[in-house]
Amino acid sequence: MSDTPATKSGFSLRGPRVSKFLEVYGIVLVVIVMMLALAAIKPEVFLSAQNLTNILKQNASLALLALGMYVVIVTAGIDLSVGSIMGLAMVALAIASKAGVPWPLVLLIGPAIGLMVGWINGVGLTVLKLPHPFIMTLGTLNVARGLTYLISNGAPVSGLQPEVRYIGQAYYSFGMAPPAGIPASLILVAVCAIGLWFFLERTNMGRHIFAIGGNPHAARVSGINVDRTLVVVYMISGFMAGLSGLLLAGRTDSGFPNAGIGIELDAIAAVIIGGASFFGGRGTVLGVLAGVLIMGILRNGLNINNVSAFWQQILIGLVIIIAVYIDVLRRRAAVRR
Amino acid sequence: MAGALLEARGISKYFGAITALRDVNFHVGPGEVVGVVGDNGAGKSTLMKILSGLFVPSEGELVFDGRPVSFRSPKDAQRLGIEMVHQDFALAGNMPIYENIYLGREPGWRLGPLTVVDHRRARRMAAEHLNRLKIHVKSIDQNTEDLSGGQRQAVAIARSTAFDAKLVIMDEPTAALAIKEVGKVLDLVRSLKEHGVAVIIISHRMDDIFYCCDRVMALYQGTNFAESPLGTTSRNEVIGWIMGTKGHTQGLAHDNMH
Repeated sequence: MSDTPATKSGFSLRGPRVSKFLEVYGIVLVVIVMMLALAAIKPEVFLSAQNLTNILKQNASLALLALGMYVVIVTAGIDLSVGSIMGLAMVALAIASKAGVPWPLVLLIGPAIGLMVGWINGVGLTVLKLPHPFIMTLGTLNVARGLTYLISNGAPVSGLQPEVRYIGQAYYSFGMAPPAGIPASLILVAVCAIGLWFFLERTNMGRHIFAIGGNPHAARVSGINVDRTLVVVYMISGFMAGLSGLLLAGRTDSGFPNAGIGIELDAIAAVIIGGASFFGGRGTVLGVLAGVLIMGILRNGLNINNVSAFWQQILIGLVIIIAVYIDVLRRRAAVRR
Repeated sequence: MAGALLEARGISKYFGAITALRDVNFHVGPGEVVGVVGDNGAGKSTLMKILSGLFVPSEGELVFDGRPVSFRSPKDAQRLGIEMVHQDFALAGNMPIYENIYLGREPGWRLGPLTVVDHRRARRMAAEHLNRLKIHVKSIDQNTEDLSGGQRQAVAIARSTAFDAKLVIMDEPTAALAIKEVGKVLDLVRSLKEHGVAVIIISHRMDDIFYCCDRVMALYQGTNFAESPLGTTSRNEVIGWIMGTKGHTQGLAHDNMH
């Protein structure tokens, strides 16, 4: 069998410490390399404060979705309903905001809807014992989207209360000249990412989620309540989707019934590009964020270089395949070690 | 049975129309190593799953340390110090050794419904525990999928004894191992006995039974068939029990050659 030079130098010869480092932070290096490349090609456009802030703002809702999807994928599951949850949350809170519901309540609508649909997903999976989360969440994908059209009559709703728009639109300049600054949505993503990292890595339930992804039978005989844990997992995913609906509603000052169609696939792609295993039990929060950034920077870089949107989709598809192939190579190198 | 650590009286177990166990009695003393033999479908695994809380018996009662007990889940049995080592090891391969040892019982401090895991303490406890059992691994941070079969079995046994176990039930502990690793695992069973832990071993291998058991009992078609202290039986007699025959192999000359 022929060894590729990459696996040899990266994982065998330089010893376990380097390979461990690359395993955890290699994906961040990819992001940095992409940024350097774009900075070299179009420095004045790509590196402008406006553009960088835009990348962060535009990808904040995808980041929230991907973080939730990551928790599901760690259990070897999948949640197809997140795009519909996002749309339903967005439209429901826009309607409520327009109807004059007090804004603190409006802020709760998105996450509450997400928790509810997530709970239904989890219960359907564990109590009804539907054979695979694909089926259950495909069902709720359609139900939630149908509800979205039903309550909105298929028409966009615009004009939200300023407090509701805040999280999606505000940014903090920290003395920099506008439009430079840290978007509030980025801070929300950071808080969620750190909270999720702590939950997954430092709490017993987080570790149980990894154990379920690695070997559900082992988890069960270790006394872990697998069903209850899975319900929590899908509720987390739904919660994040509801939150991302709130973010998008704030950013666009409206509720679009079509918002988030197909975005569940982008979320899955970001998680996989970020190095999580589709078969469960493997991945990092940092990798997921890097996966989102890789997709975001790729799109942005192609945009500012006037590459057509059609090509963008082709390239993203190729990146997904390459990312998983790198993972396959890495796994093979690890076995040989 | 006076002085028994765990006793099962008149246990029956039905799965629909199928009778897996019929009026089975069983006991194990403190620090005793009991071998359980029987053909496929004799009811060994069902009996062990009842003793470890995975199954609830249809009839009969369990007595632990002289008190009647009933287990609704393995957690209930674990609370009394009864642990099971599964045939497939039941380890999460994507997780390090030390996390597997404390899976479901992570050391740490309470935070509402969660426990914040103290990874440093778990590592230290795992290292000390493995040392005590004389189990050597490259690093407790190794994922268990990178271990050999024998090492995985050792980790599974370490997990079963990590919390003051009084009885460890092992389902075919050597069936999945390379020959050269079998001895190490059996020595581990002996060292559990030295630590005062009672062990029940299900095995098809007479070598396992005769290497580390004090007593052997046979199930046949879901019922008690025979039992004896190890010193007063022979391999051929026990093999006869597995096949449902008693007595008539006793006189054979090669019986006592082991």
